[in-house]
Amino acid sequence: MTPRGRGGNVTTGVERRTQHKYIPATDAEREEMLRTIGAASVEELFADIPSRVRLDRPLRLPPALSDPELMAQLRAMADANVHSDRAVCFLGAGAYDHYVPSVVWHLAGRGEFLTAYTPYQAELMQGELQAGYEYQSMLCEITGMGVANASMYDGASAAAEAAVMAKDLTGRGEVLVSTAVHPEYRQVIRTYTAPLGLRVTEIPYRHGLTDLDAVARALSPRTAAIIIQHPNFFGCLEDGAACAELAHRAGALLVCAVAEPLSLGILEPPGAWGADIVAGEGQPLGNHLNFGGPYLGMLAARQEFVRRIPGRLVGATVDAEGRRGFVLTLQTREQHIRREKASSNICTNEALLALAAAIYMASLGKAGFRKVSELNLRKAAYAREAIREIPKFGLAFEAPTFNEFVVRTPLAPEEINRRLLAAGILGGAPLGRWYPELSDAWLVCVTEQRTKAEIDRLVALLEGLR
Amino acid sequence: MTPFDKAQGGPRDFPVIFDFSVPGRVGSSYPNPDVPDTPLEQLIPASQLRKEPAALPEVSELDVVRHYTRLSHRNFSIDEGFYPLGSCTMKYNPKIHEDAARLAGFARLHPYAPAEGAQGALRLICELEELLAEISGMDRVTFQPAAGAHGELTGLLMIRAYFETRGERRTKVIVPDSAHGTNPATAAMVGYQVVTVKSDARGNMDVRALREVMDGSVAAIMLTNPNTLGLFEEPILDVEEIVHHAGGQLYLDGANFNAVLGVTRPGDQGFDVMHMNLHKTFTTPHGGGGPGAGAVGVKAHLAPFLPVPVVERDGERFRLDDQRPQSIGKIRAFYGNFGNLVRAYAYIRSMGADGLRQVAETAVLNANYLLARLRSRFDLPYDRLCKHEFVLSGARQKRQHGVATRDMAKRMLDYGFHAPTIYFPLIVEEAIMIEPTETESKRTLDEFADAMLAIAREAQDDPEVVKTAPHSTPVKRLDEVRAARQPDLRWRAR
Ligand SMILES: Cc1ncc(COP(=O)(O)O)c(C=O)c1O
Repeated sequence: MTPRGRGGNVTTGVERRTQHKYIPATDAEREEMLRTIGAASVEELFADIPSRVRLDRPLRLPPALSDPELMAQLRAMADANVHSDRAVCFLGAGAYDHYVPSVVWHLAGRGEFLTAYTPYQAELMQGELQAGYEYQSMLCEITGMGVANASMYDGASAAAEAAVMAKDLTGRGEVLVSTAVHPEYRQVIRTYTAPLGLRVTEIPYRHGLTDLDAVARALSPRTAAIIIQHPNFFGCLEDGAACAELAHRAGALLVCAVAEPLSLGILEPPGAWGADIVAGEGQPLGNHLNFGGPYLGMLAARQEFVRRIPGRLVGATVDAEGRRGFVLTLQTREQHIRREKASSNICTNEALLALAAAIYMASLGKAGFRKVSELNLRKAAYAREAIREIPKFGLAFEAPTFNEFVVRTPLAPEEINRRLLAAGILGGAPLGRWYPELSDAWLVCVTEQRTKAEIDRLVALLEGLR
Repeated sequence: MTPFDKAQGGPRDFPVIFDFSVPGRVGSSYPNPDVPDTPLEQLIPASQLRKEPAALPEVSELDVVRHYTRLSHRNFSIDEGFYPLGSCTMKYNPKIHEDAARLAGFARLHPYAPAEGAQGALRLICELEELLAEISGMDRVTFQPAAGAHGELTGLLMIRAYFETRGERRTKVIVPDSAHGTNPATAAMVGYQVVTVKSDARGNMDVRALREVMDGSVAAIMLTNPNTLGLFEEPILDVEEIVHHAGGQLYLDGANFNAVLGVTRPGDQGFDVMHMNLHKTFTTPHGGGGPGAGAVGVKAHLAPFLPVPVVERDGERFRLDDQRPQSIGKIRAFYGNFGNLVRAYAYIRSMGADGLRQVAETAVLNANYLLARLRSRFDLPYDRLCKHEFVLSGARQKRQHGVATRDMAKRMLDYGFHAPTIYFPLIVEEAIMIEPTETESKRTLDEFADAMLAIAREAQDDPEVVKTAPHSTPVKRLDEVRAARQPDLRWRAR
């Protein structure tokens, strides 16, 4: 920190200061500006702050770093982490190690997109707006839904908003949430719904799938929605059509959480089998793992729910000369207009990640999206069958899976992970922390990034465990 | 020549990515499977297999690069020009932060990597918490909220949990009439009844009105300080006294923290909980609407209610703690928008205490300078020292020349600037809210002031040119009514 003559007092007049590269004003300019204002010092500009609440000392912060020093320090922190370029990643559970094509962040990372605000002045922000419209369109295509918004915070909060949306749409006070939904999503759903008096009833799983008999028993005229995840947290494929039918017969909605949208390249989309709202995580669509964020909340719904969907919506319209253009629309749902009657408080969202997802989906295209999805499916199936054959290992569930599956292990999964890490492998997620009955269960993920050789090496290491 | 000429679409519609689609074209490269080619029906029941592939565009890599590069030219960013959006703190977003956040050790780190393999990331979160606790005067800070409004939700949920454990049933939250829309919307999401208190003639919270509504049924007041008029709440100590005396909690919407860094700390003003928009004060880029990062600071009595997990330090070892029985739970998956925490950390470490104080001083100097240059030509409803931003009114132009604030804002675009925030706060007629930030030079401020003054003259001499603005943007004024009446929210094959 630069030594200062007078402790933490506001700088008077033109006292000499260290010129910082992010603050262009020079002492001479400050003086000139003060003259225009008619103030003798910068201190005068803070005269409205009661002295009792002023800080009478400098902040106690470590000394300022120059750029090279800063970068060295951050690199040291980054190097202390075992990331998925350094270790072979078999970890998923809601965050997926997929290949990100170079074009995605070369384009999405452009300063023109990165350093723009929410497109309040539409005429000046057609780039962001049109990308939002394209993202909405592509999300509708992959989910089979009628309408999608321009993004929510993440998959878990999108699922929670979907629960609240179902309550508003049906006027009912209870949601049935499958325990095969990501445990953190369920926690977030509980946090969001509790103050609204929306009751959350958990539905057990059986053989790795939502227990449909339990759903049927729990359904009542109070049920606003059934919430499932597909593929579910265990990687298993739910019978979504049966869930939809159960829900609809009871006058309830079916909310489908999708934590792994790449599955939609190969799986029949929720819109085709009757889901009313799809809420999910768009991280796999061109975003990095980022230690859990920023991620991309996806929210899509049946067309007729459009006026109840929370968040930003981009719509096409025309300009004064009849050319197509894009604007934020149906804003009477939103907090800045409706205040306490808004459909949500969301304001800043994850627009840049929606843009990245649009670029990713466009790059993969119709054929590529299916191909990557198929690669995930095939590689995971190969790993699953190989691990099943290892003595003392077994599969916890027999239901069909996409790119994750649950393994029963002879050693504690945490212990297996410790040994694998020493061999440069990031093992699967131990499930005991969320499911006490699954303390010997290990959720293994195999994406298109994994080679047969890496899978074979994992299998060999597991075979050699004692 | 304006910056937009290069991106003008001419008389035709600017194409969407789907327009470039040609059957059979590809834009990506993936290997063929190196594992057995089992028929798909043996892996997945036929009924679950997708019948129609998703109708994504079929385009080449260059198609993608060119399309999105051209779209980027049809945008306006801080990198390109001045962005005086009040309440949004559109300061420069340093490039070194982008390099830092993209280091593989951060960008490619899985959130469920074991703690021993995530020590660098956990250290960064922990140190950032220590830095922001000192800067804000709060005791603990969580980084789970993804944005300011998400922070508000977190804060009010903690307040609600706090009163629940004390066995107190409080049903109301007080919000000033100048508050941002997220404040009342958040209070409603947490099940509170919103009580609006008006502002007084100086633009402060009306202390007398506050006294009248403050009682044991009020859980909290949500204050913004400096408030959305850009004014420091002069009676802050009275407000603190009144609210705490009745057992309520003081929530600070810290959207405007930039104005007071190192000058005064919310914790010392008596706030019990606050959110900080790292995407405003601490430079993380707005990304055209996000991602942000909302850090929430609390005093010790609210710390037991923080969302899980929190990062704990055992000497030089760091761990995630989710064994916190009084926690409100989780408000999103994982730990927050970590990539933005890297950027905010880098910023604070590069500024230091002196640098942060210069930020506040210069932001306030710049705002008062612009105000001094503009005050003669526009109405100024609250004539006081401003902090980092100020609110003018376009009422005079509307009344005398039929030129609305919206028109003048659109005209700003022709001059190569983003417009200020308009029609907010709601209590100012035809509001024009200007926040220059500390990263703008006097030269830029002068150019902007000259443009505003020129537009004020145009409103008088040639109102039509203002009312039909913008004239030089990629599209002309857009029909918002049509967009809402006939929603077209997705492209469909014709
Ligand atoms: C005063 C104020 N409060 C709250 C918010 C909401 O913050 P966010 O957009 O990060 O959710 C904003 C953002 O514009 C704001 O200006």
